[in-house]
Amino acid sequence: MRSLRVNKAVTLHLGAIGVLFALQFVLPDYHHVNLARVMVLAGFAMAYNISFGYTGLLSLGHAMFFAAGLYAAGLMARFAGVGAEGGLILGVIAGLAMAVAVGLLALRTTGVSFMIVTLMFAQAAFLTIFYFGEYTRGDEGFIIPSGLRTLFGFSLVEPATRYLVALSLFALCVAVSHGIARSSVGRVLAAIRENEERTRMLGYNVFLYKLAALAISGAMSGAAGAAYGFLFGYVGATFASIQYSIFPLLWVLMGGAATVLGPFAGTLLMFYLVDISSAYTSANMLIVGLALIGLILFFPKGILGTIRERAAPWLP
Amino acid sequence: MDFGPYLLLATLEGAVGAAVLALTALGLALVFGVMRIVNVAHGAFFMLGAIIAWWVADRLGVGSALNFLAALIIAPLAVGAVAVVAERSVLRRLNYNPESTIVATIGLLYVIEQVALMTYGPDARPVVAPWDFRIQLPWFGYSGYKILVIGASIAILLAVWWGLTRTRIGLMMRATQFDSETARAFAIPVDLVYGGVFAFGAMLAAVGAVLVVPIQQAHYLMGTDPLLLSFIVVIVGGLGSLRGTVLAAVIIGLSDGIISVFFTPTLAKIIATLAVATILIVRPRGLFGTRPT
Amino acid sequence: MVDLVKPKRKKQTKQARGVSRRTALSGLGGAAALGILPGFTRYAQAQSSAPIKIGFQVHRTGIGAAYGRWYDRTTKAAAKLINESGGINGRPVEIVTEDDGTDPKRGAEVVEKFATQHGADVAFGTLFSHVVIGSAPRAGELKIPYFVVSEGHHVASGMLNRYTLQPCITDVKSQVQSMAPWVASNLGKKVTMIYPDFAFGHDHRDYFSAAMAAQGGEVIGKIAVPPTESSYFKYFPKIPRGTEVLYHVMVGPGVLTFVKEMGEFFGDQRPEIFGFIDSLEAVSINSPGLEFLEGSYFWEANPRYAQAASTKFDAFYRAKVGVDASGASIDDPKDISTYSHMFGCWETLHFIKQGMESAGYRGPGDRAKLIEAVEDIAAMAESQAHPQGAKIFNGKTHQVFGHQYISQVGDGKLNVVHKTAIEDGFYKDEVDYTSQPL
Repeated sequence: MRSLRVNKAVTLHLGAIGVLFALQFVLPDYHHVNLARVMVLAGFAMAYNISFGYTGLLSLGHAMFFAAGLYAAGLMARFAGVGAEGGLILGVIAGLAMAVAVGLLALRTTGVSFMIVTLMFAQAAFLTIFYFGEYTRGDEGFIIPSGLRTLFGFSLVEPATRYLVALSLFALCVAVSHGIARSSVGRVLAAIRENEERTRMLGYNVFLYKLAALAISGAMSGAAGAAYGFLFGYVGATFASIQYSIFPLLWVLMGGAATVLGPFAGTLLMFYLVDISSAYTSANMLIVGLALIGLILFFPKGILGTIRERAAPWLP
Repeated sequence: MDFGPYLLLATLEGAVGAAVLALTALGLALVFGVMRIVNVAHGAFFMLGAIIAWWVADRLGVGSALNFLAALIIAPLAVGAVAVVAERSVLRRLNYNPESTIVATIGLLYVIEQVALMTYGPDARPVVAPWDFRIQLPWFGYSGYKILVIGASIAILLAVWWGLTRTRIGLMMRATQFDSETARAFAIPVDLVYGGVFAFGAMLAAVGAVLVVPIQQAHYLMGTDPLLLSFIVVIVGGLGSLRGTVLAAVIIGLSDGIISVFFTPTLAKIIATLAVATILIVRPRGLFGTRPT
Repeated sequence: MVDLVKPKRKKQTKQARGVSRRTALSGLGGAAALGILPGFTRYAQAQSSAPIKIGFQVHRTGIGAAYGRWYDRTTKAAAKLINESGGINGRPVEIVTEDDGTDPKRGAEVVEKFATQHGADVAFGTLFSHVVIGSAPRAGELKIPYFVVSEGHHVASGMLNRYTLQPCITDVKSQVQSMAPWVASNLGKKVTMIYPDFAFGHDHRDYFSAAMAAQGGEVIGKIAVPPTESSYFKYFPKIPRGTEVLYHVMVGPGVLTFVKEMGEFFGDQRPEIFGFIDSLEAVSINSPGLEFLEGSYFWEANPRYAQAASTKFDAFYRAKVGVDASGASIDDPKDISTYSHMFGCWETLHFIKQGMESAGYRGPGDRAKLIEAVEDIAAMAESQAHPQGAKIFNGKTHQVFGHQYISQVGDGKLNVVHKTAIEDGFYKDEVDYTSQPL
């Protein structure tokens, strides 16, 4: 029974990645580039899902991890001529380091206190970008020169390369999420989410597990940030603002917390909600707002979360 | 400017900020404390209060003092009505599930902002202060209205405190906050209490907004800062503690003003933010928090 | 994997790719599912009588919405006028509007949508610098001409690319530099600057400080206000003693608060005040609390209040856009325009028309020709197409230079007291975009 569930899950994830691979040949240009963008941002959402969905850490500061990767990669490209190979690695390291530093302090708190501490750290990080405006150009941001936007000799300005890099990142994030969800570590994380005290009494070092979850989440967020910078060429403080801390929470909740593909579903849905509604009306945010309310009334646990609850309990 | 007067000015500014923040945060503290939901639309209620105040003052046109008083009554009532509708039609159906309500209130925030943009427009518009006089101190001038805001806020806070601790409705709210299951067993209409608390919280935000529009203008995106600051105040104060909420508002307002004396502006903001975060790291339950968050 | 796919995509022509896609599409059986999404119907190459599509990227929501609304009105008025007088190359102009939410990510998506879904010939319109900088790389990669109306120094700084131009609004470096001589000789030599801690504010700080130094003046105080601030009073004590001139430039919904609090702080003991009208765009100069501005000075790119010296072109432009002689909407006197910025939309559309006509532009295949043609435009005469005044366009830096105005507040109006020469705003080229490949 268990192996059947695992196989079903593996098949689903491989199938999803396969469909995304195939889609690049059929999608019109606009949807092609935006699916690439959604996959990168879904990586960010999956990162959020590891700390929030699987571990129960409600953070309102994940923009700082995304921005850590974005700026580490972008600033090193701008001032040291580092290309995408180095930039992506730097992005992962920056996101990881930031998450460990924040985690060591913020994980002394739990619940809503953790939410507020991460919110304030992220605000401080956002303002720091402005404080060093001489290098970051603050709100305006800067451009990563297209000459540096290459990965192993392939230009990331090319749509096909961009798509494949985004897909690779996405697949990697799915693998990490799937791995964690299926591992014994994942079960400990879920136990922490459900009952932290009991897990502690069972002898687990809850603090270390939470720090590890946040670190992985930060590293993935940093990778997504660095990839975003190199794939789309722009680095700016908007990506460190509170909005970009709320977005991954929203995407994850829409798609289904603690499901592997939920964050992707939420990110994709949100992009098309904005894109399609703005094609028909200038009151697009009204439509998006009503759609969110309607969605959550019918899918209170998010799309995949509700499907799992009602129809497909094997869903990872 | 000399150090002494500068510090006085920064303290005054901090006190005005704290006065408005305390009202807005108190509204959120009630919703958060009693219903245990993260209401992302709280800032939108604040904004709605401000633009309704502008609308009332603009349509009424019976002199700045009367306009303002009318706004002070009408805006909170209107915002309270919107909140009741949202609570009954959406939050109640979600059974106040903390995660679902986050999505729903984000949706509500989008709806309110877009409606404000379509009806009120993108401009920032002022409401004339009811009593506008400038106090000339030896070192600088100061808006007399701002001093009035501090007084009004203290009066309203005392009234709310009285209502919560000395009336039957207040008792029901506190009982629900303490333990909704037991409250239900004692025949307290928990469902009605939830609706009432949500509306009352939104109304307090609207009152704060009406007080602030003669200082800052009404604008359809003005709700974000009060939202974030209110959350910070409520948690730093300690969930379930009114005096904690008020004290945290004072600490945050004053530290923002006073730290700005010593550093360049952006650096001062960074330091003030980290200083407040430190309070929570040292006291994870907040200043007066009694129960785990 | 990468090796197999990349060259294939690169070499295929548009038609060939379309066929392979269609085949694959039916193979996957996803045609029906995709059909419901807008944009999955492929646009045909524009025919000779088909409209010229101009993608208009506008701040309909977000922090820039007050500007966006007027950019929208001005753009529609200009397009109507162009169509009434025969269109471009005999073809009508169609404005395709998309909201960028004043957000750089959505801005980039909107440019992509213009280029790949709407089949727009060019993109144009946006104001906020971060949206321009976020969108420009995508415009360059998609090779769609992108005409911005932003007044940022981003274009002329060389940061952007050959496909991005700012043809009808002077950049901030040129604006502040041309103000310095008049400020130094009429208001005072010791200046304190208050500006937002944005890149835009830093440009003001750096270029004005340098220009003042060249005039023998000095900036003795620099107060950068953080982006999240909504109250400004506590920063005024940082203004050093001995300040002769206070220079302010603020943006966003807090501007009125800022100016009002400045009045409360100083009362009638104020230094000379010189501000950029950005601090009060879309705000009435007669708003309660602004009385103390009487006698202070503002930079304007285009005088909000019609002047005795205003041209018939300005009157024509006002009438067409629906703005009265005091810069407010004809329909609603409380609705104040963004008069010092929005003319850029009107003029840029006429600039695009001029460029397309001199390039013999026929369709997206001629975009490179269009860029070369507009790079050749050097001078624009004061006219119906350019009501703000004559301009000189630098084809190498893709940046235009125009006259600037200094107005004094008096009797609840802004009265022009000085008009700069175009040359006052010239500076050394920082880039030659024409050396980049098309």
